[in-house]
Amino acid sequence: MQNILAFEKAGQIIEKYGYNQAKLIPILQEIQNEYRYLPEELMVYVATMLGTTSSHVYGVASFYSHFTLKLKGKYVVRICDGTACHVKKSMHLLDAVRKHLKLEEGQNTTPDMLFTVETVACLGTCGRAPAMTVNGEVFGLLTDEKAVAVIQDIQKKEQANHE
Amino acid sequence: MSEAVNLLKRAETYKENVKDIKKRIVVCAGTGCIAGGALKVIDKFEEVIKAKGLNVAMTINKHEDGYQVSGSGCQGFCQMGPVLTILPENIMYCKVTPEDVEEILEKTILGDTLIDRLVYTHKPDQKSYPKKAEMPFYRKQSPVVLKKCGSIDPTDINEYIALGGYAQALRCTTMTAEEICSFMMDSGLKGRGGAGFPTGRKWDLTRQSVSDKKYIICNGDEGDPGAFMDSAVMEGNPHSIIEGMMIAAMAIGADEGYVYVRTEYPLAVKRIRAAVKAAQEAGILGDKMLGTDRAFNLTVMEGAGAFVCGEETALIASVEGKRGMPTPKPPFPAQKGLFGKPTSINNVETLSTVPVIFEMGADEYKKLGTAAAPGTKTFALTGHVLNTGLIEVPFGETLRTIVYNIAGGVTEENGDISPEGLKAVQIGGPSGGCLTQEHLDMPLDYQNLKAIGAMVGSGGMVVMNHKTCMVEIARYFMEFTQNESCGKCVVCREGTKQMLDILTDITQGRATMEQLALLEELALVVQKVSLCGLGKSAPNPVLSTLKYFRDEYVEHIVNKRCPTGQCKALRSYSIDAEKCIGCGACVRKCPTGAITGEKKQPHMIDAAKCIKCGACMDACKFGAVLA
Repeated sequence: MQNILAFEKAGQIIEKYGYNQAKLIPILQEIQNEYRYLPEELMVYVATMLGTTSSHVYGVASFYSHFTLKLKGKYVVRICDGTACHVKKSMHLLDAVRKHLKLEEGQNTTPDMLFTVETVACLGTCGRAPAMTVNGEVFGLLTDEKAVAVIQDIQKKEQANHE
Repeated sequence: MSEAVNLLKRAETYKENVKDIKKRIVVCAGTGCIAGGALKVIDKFEEVIKAKGLNVAMTINKHEDGYQVSGSGCQGFCQMGPVLTILPENIMYCKVTPEDVEEILEKTILGDTLIDRLVYTHKPDQKSYPKKAEMPFYRKQSPVVLKKCGSIDPTDINEYIALGGYAQALRCTTMTAEEICSFMMDSGLKGRGGAGFPTGRKWDLTRQSVSDKKYIICNGDEGDPGAFMDSAVMEGNPHSIIEGMMIAAMAIGADEGYVYVRTEYPLAVKRIRAAVKAAQEAGILGDKMLGTDRAFNLTVMEGAGAFVCGEETALIASVEGKRGMPTPKPPFPAQKGLFGKPTSINNVETLSTVPVIFEMGADEYKKLGTAAAPGTKTFALTGHVLNTGLIEVPFGETLRTIVYNIAGGVTEENGDISPEGLKAVQIGGPSGGCLTQEHLDMPLDYQNLKAIGAMVGSGGMVVMNHKTCMVEIARYFMEFTQNESCGKCVVCREGTKQMLDILTDITQGRATMEQLALLEELALVVQKVSLCGLGKSAPNPVLSTLKYFRDEYVEHIVNKRCPTGQCKALRSYSIDAEKCIGCGACVRKCPTGAITGEKKQPHMIDAAKCIKCGACMDACKFGAVLA
């Protein structure tokens, strides 16, 4: 995917932050917003532009859970496993959603690159536990059925677009 | 003061604009209610108002005559969301949907009739409570920090100013740094982030450090799973945090600040960014803060998903663009913090409380709470209770009042009141411990909680019913801290891993009593030797559950049985011959072919083949599969 345009956009982001090494995290965040993940070539590019080592950039990118080094699906489903959700059986939701999407053990993204399923430590929606987000939209007071229904709605929509 | 920052004028203009507003609908637009569809409710209001040409304002910017609809931060009662409050009567409507909007406008706003179905009915006494202040959930609370949080429009700086906002920061411009610090020390405010260090003292230490540059950081990296107080304040009253930071900056002599917000809180990030921008435009922040000769500039930084960054030295590393790993203290941030300069790091709730204390006066503030812990504390009340939500009570309040009065009692899985009542309350998240029935009447404050092996922490309070397995909960927290351990010090990195393995063995029936002894030994070592707060407190949930629920651990280990039936691996499935009609539904679902039986005759499960997946139980429509 790395064409000259990708580097140009990243270059603009780095310039906006004044080539400041201390701004590495916001720089990576903006780059990830742009490309949905952090491609290796871009991390090397960021390192060069900031005058630091690529191991430092990789170190930071791999330390924080928000950064992803692999391309995720079009819809990122994040099932909250904060304490409040956990005691309200959030892991059952996870099982139900994974089962519905036929995800094998160790697999988090569907082969058609439509869905990525992950857990998140806490969304702060504890008052409406158990909760999950789909691309940032929060769904609360879920049951296994309701969670699967949310996914099904998206699948229907995608299928309609396809046809 | 320059014209640009004339707070008085802004306040007067705002008051003039709203003086003819007869009624105001405040729709909760906190994360919880938004998850329930609050934004659709607000959109619907706008749509109906436009379609009908009603005299209702959505934004206050000119002289309006009639009615107003606005959004607010968290109003607390998340369970019943989306909620809205109608002022001045203070009527609260619950579970509002877009379909209700037209009726609300016609009946309650333009008319004066209540819509009964939207009024809260309290399950235990079957009474209806239309007024917010009379509702059992709110009646026993003392909102100080959250007072404005659920009522003002967080996107309107003028409303904050009209209610006395930024006046305390302005007052502090005439005070010396020593005076501000000693005022804070006198108020007795302790850090609300968990450790409870006196705020005034922290500021004074930073003030005394000599340097050409100092920083103030607001720690909004609320990582405790099960806690959302700080997110609520950031979403609902962001200007109070900015004002608190301005006062802190004057106290320590800082001209620059950072607000570090957890990335999982997109709404908080958005609201605080907008608030900072509005304050800059109003001349409140900037090179000439409040029109004075001193500068104070704020940068909002989004975290990147690392629990350890709640630890102050790790947070500093993160702001500097590094991996968020803690460093040994001393040197404390007060001496050598961000970019090597003296830095004070305060929690969101702490900073938000600061202007309130200045407004109330230290003496008045100290009347709340206990002598050792003055003031109030917000808690995120969640788990198996009738009414979950965000609450604020004075220190010294009891668990009984919180669980049984405010939250309305402990519930079963299906939401009914549990006859068995409380099993435990987990407080302080993965760093905290649990409270049980025996602590119901203990006044909650820093000292009492510490004495029993728990902590106030940031304020997550997860209530658990008798169906909750405490070993599994300990394992859950250990899995969390193990995941979040930054890996810098061996004892935390490896210790949490080993403890997690033992806890997993226990929940899967593989552990021995020797391993339990080892778990306890490890817990004490990790507690003592770890570098930062994450490691030091990681064993707390284990030690605390062991203290109060040792029997449960032993039952798992010796009898290979989970008393609550929650640990999957320890379940043994069987079929109740009386209930089984032999339909074969379970046979079809069983992935290992462990179930056999003649058609229309009771079936049997072969324990040797059973992998305890529970598919048969889900498949059975007659409740004949027992675990």
